[in-house]
Amino acid sequence: MSTVISVSGLQKSYGANHAVSGLDLAIEQGEIFALLGPNGAGKTTTVEILEGFRDRDSGEVQVLGFDPATKGRAGQAWRDRIGIVLQSTNDAGDLTVLESVSHFAKYYENPKDPREVIELVGLSEKADALGRTLSGGQRRRLDVALGIIGNPELIFLDEPTTGFDPEARRAFWQLIRKLRDEGATILLTTHYLDEAEALADRVAVINRGKIIEVSTPALLGGRATSLATVSWRDGAELRSEKSANPTQLVTQLSAQFGGEVPELNVKRASLEDIYLEMIGATHE
Amino acid sequence: MSKPTALSIGIQRGRLEIKQFMRQRESVVFTMLFPLILLAIFGSVFSNSIAKGVTFSQYFVAGMIASGLVNTGFQQLAIMIPVERDFGTLKRLRGTPMPASSYFIGKAILVTVSMLIQVLLLLAAGVAFFGVNLPKGADKWLLLAALLILGSACSTILGIAFSNVPKSGRGASAVVSPVVIILQFFSGVFFIFTDLPQWMQQVAAIFPLKWMTQGARSIFLPDSFATREVAGNWETGRTFAIIGAWLVVGLIWAVRSFKWERD
Repeated sequence: MSTVISVSGLQKSYGANHAVSGLDLAIEQGEIFALLGPNGAGKTTTVEILEGFRDRDSGEVQVLGFDPATKGRAGQAWRDRIGIVLQSTNDAGDLTVLESVSHFAKYYENPKDPREVIELVGLSEKADALGRTLSGGQRRRLDVALGIIGNPELIFLDEPTTGFDPEARRAFWQLIRKLRDEGATILLTTHYLDEAEALADRVAVINRGKIIEVSTPALLGGRATSLATVSWRDGAELRSEKSANPTQLVTQLSAQFGGEVPELNVKRASLEDIYLEMIGATHE
Repeated sequence: MSKPTALSIGIQRGRLEIKQFMRQRESVVFTMLFPLILLAIFGSVFSNSIAKGVTFSQYFVAGMIASGLVNTGFQQLAIMIPVERDFGTLKRLRGTPMPASSYFIGKAILVTVSMLIQVLLLLAAGVAFFGVNLPKGADKWLLLAALLILGSACSTILGIAFSNVPKSGRGASAVVSPVVIILQFFSGVFFIFTDLPQWMQQVAAIFPLKWMTQGARSIFLPDSFATREVAGNWETGRTFAIIGAWLVVGLIWAVRSFKWERD
């Protein structure tokens, strides 16, 4: 296990606006890492610095052992090892899926097979369709195909499933897991908390240009030890109680009702609840 | 697998650019046929001779070939690149190991091919329907080759540089087209240059189209016509020097201002 991305003390300002102010981050090889945060939290700036699209003001950044600000031949060799899936693009409408993917393969030293990649993203039936005839979800899968054709060690995914229907999202998650299982490291930014929960090995919450917490989705913000809400029906009344020991409470209820508890529901805080609390907590 | 070079990728990009261009039928028809329509209109309206052995069509074909350099290079790229910037094409390319020079090599190939098609169509239509005479003698043909190469290079570079001026892809055509049309009026494409007001001639002399047009006349018109030019001769040396100077200006401008994504 080695560190693929390491960031310490990263700073970037636009005029008086401190977009990123002293951010630290370490992402390990082979993990799906999700970066969460509200708009304007510094998420995009951070990712674009890691992708080499933006210069930083100060701080140490290493991506696959290189400074992403590296230009020239060394920069190209570095780009050969990463794949970037940007937010909503709308280009290459006059090329077929196969033409686009085959062309991008030529940029890389050891590309994957274009037809295999098209198969992998589930676009085989659309291989000969022009880009402009694709639906939103198909278009997004083409973006992913173009991002992974170079056989990257590290993949950046920016809001990958915006506009997907639920079925397409699940298929897409399977694809991302498959890429991870083949050894790629994935940095995901997303607005969908359920997506982070389903996919990410670890999540980081960023706000006001700093990382607030890094954890697994299950443990973030003390989620595992947070109070559970137990609710049930007592005659005409729907009751609920927050409890640190929900099992005990359910056992008591069960005894009280003589077995089955009517409309029993035990709910822990969702990742979204925890996330919103974290973001809110730092807003005052 | 062998390591791709900037040139080999550039050639691949050129092929892709041409493929995409040919698939945009409306724009192919408009770009390539519009000059022919203009030739048909102007050739029919002004069917008189403007000097001994020089028809207006002959004068106009020279101007339209010079315009072709501007249309296929400057105008095409200054409209197309902002659209690619808006669509995220440029940012996506920037995120790959493709060398930046390959992108520009691809554009240069696209311009060269579309320019050659344009010139050939104009010459063919001119000869077939409007009695246009082709250049006489190897030196004139060599001069034509030199003008097409330098003029097209200058136009391409300026188009890349100017691609940062339109604020969006959608507005690019509205910004770029008037620049080209006004320059055409000022530079002696639609009218005989020496018939234009003095101030117009002086403004035109700052920009390269006037010199491309004059250069094309030196190739397509008989040498006897040179006395009717502003300087009383073709000014071939000055023509190439000024187009070359604009090429250098465009290069510096493009290198300093080119952006791979919309701000």
